[in-house]
Amino acid sequence: MPMAADDIIALIRAGIPDAEVEITDLAGDGDHYAAKVVSETFRGIPRVRQHQKVYEALGGRMGGVLHALQLTTTTP
Amino acid sequence: MTDDVQARIAETVNANEVLLFMKGSPLFPQCGFSSRAVAILDHLGVEYGSVDVLQDQGIRQGIKAFSDWPTIPQLYVKGEFVGGSDIMMEMYESGELAELMKTAGVTSKAA
Repeated sequence: MPMAADDIIALIRAGIPDAEVEITDLAGDGDHYAAKVVSETFRGIPRVRQHQKVYEALGGRMGGVLHALQLTTTTP
Repeated sequence: MTDDVQARIAETVNANEVLLFMKGSPLFPQCGFSSRAVAILDHLGVEYGSVDVLQDQGIRQGIKAFSDWPTIPQLYVKGEFVGGSDIMMEMYESGELAELMKTAGVTSKAA
């Protein structure tokens, strides 16, 4: 089931309060997104952990309702 | 999920210098993300093993717990979880992935 971009942004912000989130609807179908997440909390931790923080914020939806989220994480 | 599945995953991960858990096979990837992961490894020219999670529901679910990572593909180098296709792409573009393979002493494919 597709998920609205605003819901994805809200979830990530709830889990990572300082996150700046930019979402692109890749296919225009509300199901394939790219997300760029910028947060100070990513500083000094490996990329795998950065992505895991985002997945944690998404609370298990990743891989389920959210099949296709292309993720990029960076620090400010 | 049984400990048996986790043990089997650990065994496979340790038996391959570079191992990709994917949907489909390197010749016939069944998902765009898996296809991208295969393309990256082929470009790097390293020997790698692959596991098709679509052939085994136990592995398909078990690998997510094994790595605490919700999606497939998943790349392991010398037993260490590296990441999914986005991380692979980022590391490939920055040259980090080639560097990691070199540092890890991964076998290159014979020309």
